Amino acid sequence: MAQDMQTKATGARLDQGDSRVRHDTGLSGALRGFVDRVSSGDLGMLPVVVGLVLISVVFSLLNPVFLAPANLVNVLFDAAAVGFIALGVVCVLLLGEIDLSIGSMSGLSSAIIGVLWINTGLPLAVAIAGSLAMGALVGVVYGVLRNKFEMPSFVATLSGLLALLGLQLYILGPTGSINLPFSSPLVRFGQILIMPAWLSYLVAILPGVLIVIGAVRTNAQRTAANLSSPGISIAIAKAAVLTLGLVFAVYYLELSRGVPWMFGVFVMFVVLLDYALVRTQWGRSMFAVGGNAEAARRSGINVQRIRMSAFMVCSTFAALGGVFAAARLASASQQAGSGDVNLNAIAAAVIGGTSLFGGRGSAWSALLGVLVIMAISNGLTLLNLSSSLRYMITGGVLAVAVIVDSLARRSRASHGRA
Amino acid sequence: MEQASAAHAPGELILRLRGVGKKFGAVTALEDIDLDVHAGEVVALVGDNGAGKSTLVKVLAGVHQPTSGTIEVQGKAVTLDTPGKALELGIATVFQDLALCENLDVVANLFLGHEISPWRMDEVQMEVRAWTLLQELAARIPSVREPIASLSGGQRQTVAIARSLLLEPQIIMLDEPTAALGVAQTAEVLNLIERVRARGHGVILISHNMEDVRAVADRIVVLRLGKNNGVYTAETSHQELVAAITGANENAVSRRAARKLEEVDQG
Ligand SMILES: Nc1ncnc2c1ncn2[C@@H]1O[C@H](COP(=O)(O)OP(=O)(O)O)[C@@H](O)[C@H]1O
Ligand SMILES: [Mg+2]
Repeated sequence: MAQDMQTKATGARLDQGDSRVRHDTGLSGALRGFVDRVSSGDLGMLPVVVGLVLISVVFSLLNPVFLAPANLVNVLFDAAAVGFIALGVVCVLLLGEIDLSIGSMSGLSSAIIGVLWINTGLPLAVAIAGSLAMGALVGVVYGVLRNKFEMPSFVATLSGLLALLGLQLYILGPTGSINLPFSSPLVRFGQILIMPAWLSYLVAILPGVLIVIGAVRTNAQRTAANLSSPGISIAIAKAAVLTLGLVFAVYYLELSRGVPWMFGVFVMFVVLLDYALVRTQWGRSMFAVGGNAEAARRSGINVQRIRMSAFMVCSTFAALGGVFAAARLASASQQAGSGDVNLNAIAAAVIGGTSLFGGRGSAWSALLGVLVIMAISNGLTLLNLSSSLRYMITGGVLAVAVIVDSLARRSRASHGRA
Repeated sequence: MEQASAAHAPGELILRLRGVGKKFGAVTALEDIDLDVHAGEVVALVGDNGAGKSTLVKVLAGVHQPTSGTIEVQGKAVTLDTPGKALELGIATVFQDLALCENLDVVANLFLGHEISPWRMDEVQMEVRAWTLLQELAARIPSVREPIASLSGGQRQTVAIARSLLLEPQIIMLDEPTAALGVAQTAEVLNLIERVRARGHGVILISHNMEDVRAVADRIVVLRLGKNNGVYTAETSHQELVAAITGANENAVSRRAARKLEEVDQG
């Protein structure tokens, strides 16, 4: 078939045959591409970064303690549990679905830990496995309701919200609260354990190193395959900024206690989920189903299985979040998972840039979004505001995030970027 | 495209439909359809709007389940219960309502469901194959890393066609593939159809453009109101074909032709 090939502009790179396309190269090119993307509504992580800066300025003006290292360490301790839940939410939002029962699921998971571990005396690992299994099972139920009965996920999970809360209250029994021993590894993990300084610094340097190595390898591969390569100057600039930022963050946190293990484990899961979403066939299928489920089906993707997996991942992460919350609070109580947990987790995912409309998002949005939410919540607590005001303000922030999401979507549609 | 799959002896029967029917509730979209497709053959499927052409294509693509009848692929009776199954059996489809994900880029759409190395997708290799394939189609796609949403209708059509070729299918079905294409692109698609035929694959082409149909089709199967209405060849006269499609000798098309003739006579 080679003789039929009409290669235009022989000698040019395979992907640069079309003269209508501006081929951005180097740093200025990357900057120009970024401005183009943002102005067409492809905002990415921009709103969340702006939000974080804004929050830091406002709250530190109102109360200087906000930016103190000790307080930031606390924020990170608090962020991990909700962060895990938000990570699961990203998966269902990617499909254009929702899970409103994540709060109840995390509460139930705390209760399972308390009952199996403390009341029944089973080993901690068994208790954790039990609550994760429960999470996966709940995900299966939602998947079946969605796939076989075509039940909209917000209805299925709304009834799940009540049912799981009921189950939580039931297994906790009349006392309603189980205290976890402070000396246990789980509670120490949730309240005290800090990564050693050398490890924190190592982890802070790693992303930059990986970015540069990855860029060099991709460049070599692309050049060998006769494709244009973006050059490594962008990667080096990115890596430098990132490394500086991270190393400074670690340094700053080390002025107090340091980086909590809990948060470190959360970040590790963010990286894992990001890999799964970006580099594997499963992740590609998730985006495809969220973008156009019928098209995905016609491409041979098993849409029902993808949906099932998303609900399972979501509930399992919610259960894991519940375990972390129990560790953080050193108790399994009727209040666990109630109140603003649901909203915080969903808001975190949306604020971080995962669209409610499906097909757009990233695991990183859970990390960034949860930092925003937790910073707000922490800042308001420092100002001694009651939870009534905190709820209203967090609700308002979610509304703003959704408005930004909708407007950006409209702008993308008119700029032909879906 | 280079690693051709097991070629067939020319003329071997690769697809055989007998008595296929499809009902959508009260609507009978297809009734008692028979269709044969041989290796190295282009079968044109023609018929008026609503004749059931797209429905037949979707049944063969595993999108819709037939309510009756049998489908045989290479002599074996098969159930095409999912699109994945049809693809596995080597039946690839370019749908009339394009089945692309607008939020994904061209490469992702081309390889959707069949990514190279599923646990660690090989983006470079996929991009190279994407460009190679698109160049074979003489496609004018500015960048394969832009989301589909930014492409024109014709460009999307080309991506859909390229995708159907990716898996080296035994049979490729094209549902009005040239409707959104320009002159040069239409010619490219017709060339492509001939190349696919030359490689011993079967092609089912749906088109309203009789010129295109005559140019490439070995046989012309007419559907009318969901039923078979005769099999013709490229030599069949235009009038006869139109009559088969519309179902009568007396019809709008023949009346118009007659009037034109009269006008010419008088002029
Ligand atoms: N999903 C569907 N549900 C109900 N009726 C349908 C559906 N798809 C097609 N039909 C009906 O089947 C008939 C054939 O449609 P179609 O196959 O699209 O025709 P063609 O492609 O030949 O123009 C039409 O009457 C149409 O209304
Ligand atoms: Mg049609």
